[in-house]
Amino acid sequence: MKAGTKLEKVLESGHFAVTAEAGPPKGTNAEVIKKKGELLRNYCDAVNVTDNQTAIVRLSSLAGCLLLKEQGVEPVMQMVVRDRNRLAIQSDVLGAVTLGISNILCLSGDHQKFGNHPTAKGVFDIDSIQLIQTLKRMRDEKKFICGEDISGEVPIFIGAAANPFADPFEYRASRLAKKVKAGADFIQTQAVYDVARFARWMEMVRERGLDRQVHILAGVIPIKSAGMARYMRDYVPGVIVPDEVVTRMEKAASAKEEGLKIVLEIIAQLKEIPGVHGIHIMAVGWEDIVPELVERAGLMPRPTI
Amino acid sequence: MKTITRQKPQEEVMGYLAKCHKVYLIGCGTCATLCHTGGKSEVLEMKEKLKAAGKEVSGWMIIPTACDELTKYALQEEAQRIKAADCVLAMTCAIGVQMISLHLKDAKPVYPALNTLFIGMEESPGHFTEVCLQCGSCVLGRTAAVCPLVRCSKSLLNGPCGGSSEGKCEVSPDIPCAWQLIYERLKEMGRLEELEEIEPTKDWSVSVSGGPRKIDIEAECTSLS
Repeated sequence: MKAGTKLEKVLESGHFAVTAEAGPPKGTNAEVIKKKGELLRNYCDAVNVTDNQTAIVRLSSLAGCLLLKEQGVEPVMQMVVRDRNRLAIQSDVLGAVTLGISNILCLSGDHQKFGNHPTAKGVFDIDSIQLIQTLKRMRDEKKFICGEDISGEVPIFIGAAANPFADPFEYRASRLAKKVKAGADFIQTQAVYDVARFARWMEMVRERGLDRQVHILAGVIPIKSAGMARYMRDYVPGVIVPDEVVTRMEKAASAKEEGLKIVLEIIAQLKEIPGVHGIHIMAVGWEDIVPELVERAGLMPRPTI
Repeated sequence: MKTITRQKPQEEVMGYLAKCHKVYLIGCGTCATLCHTGGKSEVLEMKEKLKAAGKEVSGWMIIPTACDELTKYALQEEAQRIKAADCVLAMTCAIGVQMISLHLKDAKPVYPALNTLFIGMEESPGHFTEVCLQCGSCVLGRTAAVCPLVRCSKSLLNGPCGGSSEGKCEVSPDIPCAWQLIYERLKEMGRLEELEEIEPTKDWSVSVSGGPRKIDIEAECTSLS
């Protein structure tokens, strides 16, 4: 065991894992996080708390994770390199681990241009792969980037992202290999709608034997409306929404039911792809649907570890 | 090497000049002339604008290269007219502004009329692109001569982020993804395996993060020989 978190145990024992995402509030209301934690508690193995997602300032991921932890819900702390230099990063990691938050997902972060402070200075002192490497070194060698010793244990289950829908496509398996080499223990991917492309990527991943070195959780986003489908197709960087999905949403009598059906079909296909060890549900603004989604996907009950 | 500049909004310039009645104007015959931001015609244009705004221009000149030490002598030659002015408006890059301020005989405000953007590569006449961050520890040898620090919007050192799509950066369809370019060049040269190496964390202490940088060429040459 790297850190002995519940998420690690679920994955290591060979269960098909389910994680979900909870966005923290643009303010100080702890109830927002607590409600999401309560809702998701029995339907997933861990809950990701986003870190100023889409570069919009929100309650910090660390605080959100602590609120979940206090409720007995397993958190995954997302951490972007956009907002912190190496001093702040390592300090926050020590803080998280000390508070019992040991699942950490390493990300570059959406560019500040997309957020509510577009004139901010992007930090990018280190990149996401160097962040993975930093966490591995902190955990395995108990050393900071500078080489000095860290006192105490630093258990971390290291997560990273992968986006098989970005370009250059042929490079995407190499990029995963790099993240594995840097020290990633689990991967949560960008949302899958183009299952064929995802399957081609997984094939390259298996050819390199990466599926045996890292746990891959395929990302899904349930779509609530035809407008949301079009928006994601046209404006969300790094996501591919095929026209067929948009058409189905437009023609549906009940958009919500159709959106749910689409995501359930995708999950059914993902479960059949060798090397996929779980799903990561990013129900942005539609967290209420997660229990029904997990239930209907045949992923209940969740393992008790 | 060209320092690329852009004129500040006239409103901002007039804000600086609010308390000044007489203004001395300085342009630069090198980069600012090339950028059409501080050459002779722009300086004369500014002169007319200031006059129209009720200001008096005590004089003007175009220093051949405002960033070099000869600026000192140019300022000496124009000392009388500069003395008569309440301030100097420099239509030069930021280096020129500081050079002028450093060598002015009497304490007088020197206001910039331009924003200094970057050291640019001229891709075609009049088209400049920022291709170097001047970071102090060049990585081009490992990135197929494309600088990811300045050409990747996130300064990533280990490959493209998830926002690279069809060769473009997520930030704008007008920005080519630096890592797509690097990938293609390395592929063409049969060097793709180099992308598997993890680039270590960068030493920013040799960049501006380490404090202002200085170099003494003579001393460096002496120590080498």
